[in-house]
Amino acid sequence: MWSDFPLFPDQASTIAGRVDALYFYLVAVSVFFVSLIFLLLLIFAVKYRRRSEDEQPRPILANLPLEVAWMIIPFILVMIMFTWGASLYFTTARPPTDALEVFVIGKQWMWKFQHPEGRREINELHVPVGYPVRLTITSQDVIHSVYVPAFRIKMDAVPGRYTATWFEATKTGTFHLFCAEYCGTVHPGMIGRVVVMTPTEYEQWLRTGAAAEPLAAAGRQLFQQLGCSGCHSPNSTVRAPLLEGLYGRPVPLQSGGVVIADEGYIRDSILLPQKDIVAGYAPVMPSFQGRVSEEELMQIIAYIRSLGRETPESREAAR
Amino acid sequence: MSQAVVEPQREHYLNVSYGVTSWLFTTDHKRIALLYLATITLLFFVGGAAAVLMRLELITPPGDLVQSEIYNRLFTIHGVIMIFFFLIPSIPAVLGNFLVPMMIGARDLAFPRLNLASWYLFTVGSVFTLVVVVVGGVDTGWTFYTPYSSTYSNSYVVPTIAGIFVAGFSSILTGLNFIVTIHTMRAPGLTWFRLPLFIWSHYATSMIIILGTPVVAIALTLVALERAFGIGIFDPALGGDPILFQHLFWFYSHPAVYIMVLPAMGVVSELIAAFSRKRIFGYSFIAFSSIAIAVLGFFVWGHHMFVSGQSVYASMIFSFLSMLVAIPSAIKVFNWTATLYKGSISYQAPMLYALGFIGLFTIGGLTGLFVASLGVDVHVHDTYFVVAHFHYIMVGGTVMAYLGGIHYWWPKISGRMYPEGWAKFSALLIFVGFNLTFFPQFLLGYLGMPRRYHFYVDEFQVLNVMSSAGASILGVGYVVPLIYLIWAMRYAPPAGPNPWRAVGLEWQTPSPPPTHNFERTPVVTQPAYAYGTQEEDIKGGR
Repeated sequence: MWSDFPLFPDQASTIAGRVDALYFYLVAVSVFFVSLIFLLLLIFAVKYRRRSEDEQPRPILANLPLEVAWMIIPFILVMIMFTWGASLYFTTARPPTDALEVFVIGKQWMWKFQHPEGRREINELHVPVGYPVRLTITSQDVIHSVYVPAFRIKMDAVPGRYTATWFEATKTGTFHLFCAEYCGTVHPGMIGRVVVMTPTEYEQWLRTGAAAEPLAAAGRQLFQQLGCSGCHSPNSTVRAPLLEGLYGRPVPLQSGGVVIADEGYIRDSILLPQKDIVAGYAPVMPSFQGRVSEEELMQIIAYIRSLGRETPESREAAR
Repeated sequence: MSQAVVEPQREHYLNVSYGVTSWLFTTDHKRIALLYLATITLLFFVGGAAAVLMRLELITPPGDLVQSEIYNRLFTIHGVIMIFFFLIPSIPAVLGNFLVPMMIGARDLAFPRLNLASWYLFTVGSVFTLVVVVVGGVDTGWTFYTPYSSTYSNSYVVPTIAGIFVAGFSSILTGLNFIVTIHTMRAPGLTWFRLPLFIWSHYATSMIIILGTPVVAIALTLVALERAFGIGIFDPALGGDPILFQHLFWFYSHPAVYIMVLPAMGVVSELIAAFSRKRIFGYSFIAFSSIAIAVLGFFVWGHHMFVSGQSVYASMIFSFLSMLVAIPSAIKVFNWTATLYKGSISYQAPMLYALGFIGLFTIGGLTGLFVASLGVDVHVHDTYFVVAHFHYIMVGGTVMAYLGGIHYWWPKISGRMYPEGWAKFSALLIFVGFNLTFFPQFLLGYLGMPRRYHFYVDEFQVLNVMSSAGASILGVGYVVPLIYLIWAMRYAPPAGPNPWRAVGLEWQTPSPPPTHNFERTPVVTQPAYAYGTQEEDIKGGR
């Protein structure tokens, strides 16, 4: 058991070194204060030990400058921790816009991944080194949590909503993928690995395996099969909002508010259509709860997102 | 116990009456404290046994000692019992019950019968839960996260919640009792700023209990209702929001950490003053830092949810406020340390525990800053780093202080002196065993080992073996005091009213105290910890 005994995790993402830097600052502050307190306790313990039973030291009440000093100094030190930690957090919370995108679904007790090009995998995630990768995460049962220690990232997979995180791997290799949120009997078995490859190997890998169509194309098929296109099209008799260019746009609601049309909004509109009615439209859409799986939802969302990136003309041309 | 007669001619609370009913129907706060002591000691060892089994399982990477279902039940037993039925009641219900009236010169708590009712509620709730989790089993973890607890778990969630719910009322009623007692029953001359810091910290704790406990009761009730009747509160399949549960749960359960640690801080203030024969340095700073922790503690719950997908701005605010908690905590540590300066320090067992508390609480508090720092928390959240951090606070902090307090006041409670050599030995065992158990877990956590893992990847084994080795030392360290303290109740030499030559009203009455605590209502003319100003009183005590 001594052969493989690491005391520090791999650094394999762009953020890992930055997290570790803050960690070392925290360690340094902690070591300083723990040493200070232990040293003082030790010195006082020896120097002021009771020498006779009747000894009675003179009372010392308080010292205002001292009290203020040990309020101000820790305050400054923790504010550094706060701002440093918050800036890192903002980095992990804001994926670059050009990131590759992988959809992640947690279920008891496995991880399912869908690449936009159509490849799917279970408990294994292949990514290219040196490219930012955004994970859009959900769960189809209880809460799970995607955790890759070597990348210093973690994000809960919450049923009923999408969460996101991202990373950019800095070296090739295989890294642990853990579920960090307790999710039932085989929680510790819900583990897998992230395989970081060179971009050429990754391209190759994408092309091998069972031929699958890209997510957006699969989504378009579903869009027609489920009858969505019957209403959400310019020549429909039912008045439904058109979805071209919808993704990422602010949508005015009947209730007076405005929401940004992100993955969560599109998901809710499919499963809970009465929740956010678009201003000027009648609440006529039926719910698709129970009729589409999490995977299919992600495909439909990928399709709707793809509409936002093209004009209707270019879509016609692509057909 | 009922035959522990120190001075046969003198009547005191232990020998005033005999028989089971004289205990089960007592309204004497001191007897009720002992009832609590018996109950929570039993629960502590059940919770500890679950921990021992877990540490045995984790010696090897594969899950080979117990099955996953059992392991998940074990950590749930450990968490539920230790948090709800040991740590939360430990210092307030035992030492607080015994000492709050004595320290303020009162005959009893304001509502003695309510106090007894609290113990009954606690006992019914805890014994019921104990039977449910041990015989039936529940596998949600003590956190009961939805929708696992409300929909997916196949275990006895509702009965467990019912037990916790009932015991929660015991907590609320005790808090209420303390607040009313401290407001209305202080002896003549005992102004707020003459109160021992033990009283200040129990006052702050009681406020948290009263404001927080109803919220967790509601949250858990909603889980039970969703499980039983399928009302859609938390399960998204029913239109609910699973994150809502985490908000409600941590709104209580984070302040609950302060319910556990504030009374411990109160105990440590007493011990440091008594064993250095010094006024507490910066009395009012320590007093107000308790209040500051109680108030701030209610606004930091979101730091348990930094990776739950909550808004980044909410996370920032929670991180900022969590950082602020470091200030009042640091104030306390610095002031205790400064109190030792030019003191007359002696090293009986209670002082060893107090010094151990300061050291371990400092480490626990500083590692709290790691998990409050957003960027680092993303990595260490839900790993063994967090496990190590909160054990440093709850075990290194609260349990050390609790044991220190039990030793310090044992002569008062039992009338007899515990064996000092054994006590020092077990304090040392506990300190060494504790650090060996939990320090490796910081490293494990930063390496990335998630918590609540029944089996794990091979490279985590060495640190796990170290942790398990430490746990076995820690376990022995806890059993030794159990034996000699019970022995001491009957066979140890009488302690006399004030063996430590400490000031404080509780030392001005015989040990064990008479049923009504004081022969005459004491009149207070001096601030707390008036060491060096009433030498004659101290000498006269012995």
